[in-house]
Amino acid sequence: MSQARVMASSPFKKKGELAPPRKKLKVPRLFIFLCMSPWLFGILFFTAYPMVSSFYQSFTKFNLIESPKWVGLENFHRMFFEDSDFWLSLKNTVWISVISIPLRIAFAMFTAWVLTKPKRGKNIYRTIFFLPSMVPTVAATMAFTYIFNPAYGPINRMLETIGIKEPPFWFLDPKWSKWGLILLGLWGIGDTMIIFLAGLLDVPTSLYEAASLEGASGWQSFRYITLPLMTPVIFFSTVTGVIGSFQYFTQAYVASGQVNDYSHSMYFYATHIYFSAFRAYEMGYASALAWVLLVITLLCTLVILKTQKRWVHYPNGSLFK
Amino acid sequence: MSTMTLEAREKLEAQSREARRRKKWDNFLHMVGNHSLLIALSVIFILPLYLVVVLSLMSKGQAETRSLWPHPFVWHNYITVFTAVPFLKWTLNTLFVSLMGTIGTVVSSVPPAYVLSRLQWKGRQTTFIILLSTMMLPGQVTMIPVYIIFSRLHWIPSFLPLIVPSFFSSAFSVFLLRQFFTSIPDEISDAARIDGCSEFKLMMRIIVPLAKPAISAIALFAFLGSWNDFFGPLLYIVENEDLWTLGIGLNAFQGIHHVDKNMMMTASALFMAPVIIIFFFSQKVFIEGVTLTGVKG
Repeated sequence: MSQARVMASSPFKKKGELAPPRKKLKVPRLFIFLCMSPWLFGILFFTAYPMVSSFYQSFTKFNLIESPKWVGLENFHRMFFEDSDFWLSLKNTVWISVISIPLRIAFAMFTAWVLTKPKRGKNIYRTIFFLPSMVPTVAATMAFTYIFNPAYGPINRMLETIGIKEPPFWFLDPKWSKWGLILLGLWGIGDTMIIFLAGLLDVPTSLYEAASLEGASGWQSFRYITLPLMTPVIFFSTVTGVIGSFQYFTQAYVASGQVNDYSHSMYFYATHIYFSAFRAYEMGYASALAWVLLVITLLCTLVILKTQKRWVHYPNGSLFK
Repeated sequence: MSTMTLEAREKLEAQSREARRRKKWDNFLHMVGNHSLLIALSVIFILPLYLVVVLSLMSKGQAETRSLWPHPFVWHNYITVFTAVPFLKWTLNTLFVSLMGTIGTVVSSVPPAYVLSRLQWKGRQTTFIILLSTMMLPGQVTMIPVYIIFSRLHWIPSFLPLIVPSFFSSAFSVFLLRQFFTSIPDEISDAARIDGCSEFKLMMRIIVPLAKPAISAIALFAFLGSWNDFFGPLLYIVENEDLWTLGIGLNAFQGIHHVDKNMMMTASALFMAPVIIIFFFSQKVFIEGVTLTGVKG
């Protein structure tokens, strides 16, 4: 839907009736090959070969120095039955996904919806809302761990001023650290919000007018018009959210470095892969972890895809038209 | 209507005046409500940035007192940061990697996007689907073998692993460009072809100039993508301090001796500044880019 909107505003319009008879052109094969070659070699060197290679390595013991030694399914056995860090990272990742994906969608929807309201000043507000998503992740994370620090960060002082007696210790408290990360994520909602905003602006105003003539309340027109028409965007954000949350790394890594996360409350799946590969140099085991990640993401995506018939409404057929 | 008495008509008019006034009042209340909500949200979004700037201007002692306003303003922090840590070097390193990465992405993404959108050939659809599916592939799956390739080439630590891959097309950029190229009418190409224009010339002289907005969008995304990148540098340049980028340097900040904590916010502010400035000048390109593809680079 959002694509269609930009297309429609594109400066080029088709004039079907004036189209000249198409001359049969010889397909310039060499040109096509040359043009595609950066991508083609890229996919060979940086995707296809590495995929095959890491698949093989996931069945080996490999420390970069000696050559890989075949161990069969041992890596997977170790992962599921011996590695408590695997389960910890999985638990943390699932926890943060389950909380933050719906929260992000709701917040993106809310901020986008608020942005459609005013007649004046729209652009200023949009700029402000979008801005945080541009801030480099490392800088944003450092800023959050600093300002949310209970001892010298100003946020808790503000919370105390507005009457919260004992504000949480945020990143310093294993029970609250993930909430700190979630807030950090919500702060950078900008790019998701823009997609929601484009979706909201696509909803034909005539529908709202009809609803208000019929005497529908604001909530009703949101529930029965906006929400169904937004389901493709919600669907898209859920899928990218699931894929993204299993690769959630930088914020957690930087934050745990800043506050010395002794209890591993910010130890996520991608962190576990990183530590296995580049700290312990267990490349085989890390590859196995990566493949399990791929399988988990694929399964989640498939499940969401399966359910989409039940709740996703495409006004003109499919989103991927 | 003609049978209506004057009195009744006046009454009716007064009623509609009243209704109009009430509606105006309602609209006004709505507007006030909306703007208060928007302003409240704006304050929340701005607050962390405000605090970073404010903290970056405080003295070391004051920065640890949870204050909300610098007293006195220590503008000198912004000079000290360059001497306390090799901030200039980190900036130049980041800039170099980002610029090279941007050039690589643009140069290597335009041709595939052109061929995928402006020419008909067998296997085009399949190629496009493969391209889309690589966008969904988690980087962790390919990360280790790619690391091994670079280490066999003895490219670690160096900038090469951060720059070279960008010369092999970015799926996201190809996708964005293709979306835009598709919207350019075929008649333009046909006319040029009939005039005997070669396919390469057609791409460079006609389509590329027309696609300037899309090309600036991918350039911008590529630049910011590498400016903000942390994971790549973490893998490939961490071992050599001379190659550190801003992200790596900043993350290592607290381990560096003789550096005060408030300086961390000064450095963060300087790290954010270019991105924010770029954003203010290129907002439109940006937001259109995000809406065109549904994702950020």
